[in-house]
Amino acid sequence: MASPSTLFAKLWDRHVVAETPGHPAVLYVDLHLVHEVTSPQAFAGLAARGLKVRRPDLTVATADHSTPTHDRALPVADELAAAQIRKLEKNCAEHGIPLHGMRSPHQGIVHVIGPELGLTQPGMTIVCGDSHTATHGALGALAFGIGTSEVEHVLATQTLLQRRPGTYEVRVEGRLGPGVAAKDVILALLARIGIGGGTGHVFEYTGPAIRALSMEQRMTICNMSIEGGARAGMVAPDDTTFEYVAGRPYAPKGAAWDRALADWRTLPSDEGAGYDRSVTIDAAALEPMVTYGTNPGMGLPITGRVPDPDHAADPARRQALRKALAYMDLRPGEPLLGHPVDVVFIGSCTNSRISDLRQAAAVLAGRTVDPRVRVLVVPGSQDVKRQAEAEGLAEVFRAAGAEWREAGCSMCIAMNGDQLAPGQYAVSTSNRNFEGRQGAGGRTFLASPLTAAASAVAGAVADARRLGETVGARWPRPGEGVG
Amino acid sequence: MTPLAAFTSAVVPLLADDVDTDQIIPARFLKTTDKAGLGDSLFADWRYDAAGAPRPGFVLNRPGMPGRQVLLAGDNFGAGSSREHAPWALTAFGFRAVLATSFADIFRANALKNGLLPVALDPAAHARVADLVEADPDAEVTVDLAAGTVTLPDGTAASFEIDPFSRAMLLEGTDELGYLLARADEVAAYEAAHPARVDTTAPA
Repeated sequence: MASPSTLFAKLWDRHVVAETPGHPAVLYVDLHLVHEVTSPQAFAGLAARGLKVRRPDLTVATADHSTPTHDRALPVADELAAAQIRKLEKNCAEHGIPLHGMRSPHQGIVHVIGPELGLTQPGMTIVCGDSHTATHGALGALAFGIGTSEVEHVLATQTLLQRRPGTYEVRVEGRLGPGVAAKDVILALLARIGIGGGTGHVFEYTGPAIRALSMEQRMTICNMSIEGGARAGMVAPDDTTFEYVAGRPYAPKGAAWDRALADWRTLPSDEGAGYDRSVTIDAAALEPMVTYGTNPGMGLPITGRVPDPDHAADPARRQALRKALAYMDLRPGEPLLGHPVDVVFIGSCTNSRISDLRQAAAVLAGRTVDPRVRVLVVPGSQDVKRQAEAEGLAEVFRAAGAEWREAGCSMCIAMNGDQLAPGQYAVSTSNRNFEGRQGAGGRTFLASPLTAAASAVAGAVADARRLGETVGARWPRPGEGVG
Repeated sequence: MTPLAAFTSAVVPLLADDVDTDQIIPARFLKTTDKAGLGDSLFADWRYDAAGAPRPGFVLNRPGMPGRQVLLAGDNFGAGSSREHAPWALTAFGFRAVLATSFADIFRANALKNGLLPVALDPAAHARVADLVEADPDAEVTVDLAAGTVTLPDGTAASFEIDPFSRAMLLEGTDELGYLLARADEVAAYEAAHPARVDTTAPA
């Protein structure tokens, strides 16, 4: 009998085209996702060598990063962004690559539309010039972000040179408590292992708490694997996965579905398969998480207090904490609950799917957002947008005083005009709180859609589990009365 | 790509851990469709104030820093996004090597493809470089990929490893695409044995 194998090892071994001793493996790519920001230089590279796209039928593009989220009838005001989007259109037309562009009914964030259209399937290798490609691993795919040179390699050859990474089991035991979301699981993992903890490895999320999650919740967790330094994160496919994929436009149908399903059932890690590293998290012990610092590993339970850099044993850690607190203008020992916020952003490839919007809407229904807070709700795709409108969620957001926008990356990466002003605080459902990530000088508290929606109502960081008590507990800011 | 020969340079010290790609090159500069021209935007938010004036406290703005080819960073340099604009900006400014104790995976891969050497030193060797540069800010180091060493002004050398394949590519000045294109027959054989999983040009 063959020795027990992990999900990762099975996928890797299936996709090795060639391997020369001492060289990285030539790995085949089943699906290549392309967007406007990291592809133009790759297409230019092809042109310079007179090369064509080898497999346009395994490639799909969308415009999401620099794409405005205002009314699609309006022109793209930023000339650089407009030129970048035009370049994508031209490159796709020239090479026969299907494009879900600005006016497509399926346009959206690349990591939202892949699974949604059934393009993302278990057992695939998937790459994209975007570090959040790990999202697709939620369906049992090996999916990772690549640079633009590698985008060019895949366009030209449908392969990549890759060194085999290590495996890292992230086991989540127990069950999540009420009001605790997938986002809180991943933020808790990052707080535990740090943003370099998974470097050189691929996470596999296992355990009963992961099995109990919906596909969309699993995507939220896999999405932020890169925030732990791991290039990929995976969840073994199960009935939840198969039910999600079945019937989607690009999913196999009929006899092809039966064949695919039989294959997908062989993918989960075998009993006794070993991992190079592992960590266990107790889901029942988790609280909603919020970040206080300038990387996603600087997070704490929402009822916690900002750590004191002087208590950090490691001098580098002490320096990093001091710098982060100075940037965030936070003091050691202060609670985050009640900290005033200026903007709430609900969206991004982490948390812009229909279930995320339902959670946010459940909090906002019958309530209004604090008038001092600008609230942006940005659906992950045009499909999500239509569904949210059909379900009445869009009306809940508008009635509460939030902006209901078109699909795109928006204020997660802040290159499309949606951005924080210097000094502003945001509670954001996105994935990065790096300095300036949401706009130069802007300050980000990462959190779940529940926490974000509760904070929109309170005008301050708020615990959705105790929203009634939190409203009115917004700290005063200089120059304003008690709010 | 030009073959990477040994070179000697003074060092720009940026001794912070977890320097992320949003600091190396903020996202608003990613609207370009070129690789060139990003040097002025390197570390833009640390380097310039809101009005665009250089912040005198930031290391790149200190006299004598432009022109140096070695950046000395802390741990986990290049965390975050996959943007290859990060090594493009670093090389456009003139850097040819970054010394750190570790690198984020995607940044390291991107750097190697652009002739920017990600030199991972062990913590003791890293601390020695940092101490020497602190004692003499104009101290020069020699980075020698063929030998796998960084030679310090005191004559001692710290060794570093680059995987042999990438090392050979850098020393020869060849690139990975040529290597992959030469395997077209093997790719075709793989494709013949493994039918496509989807057809993006037509729903199933």
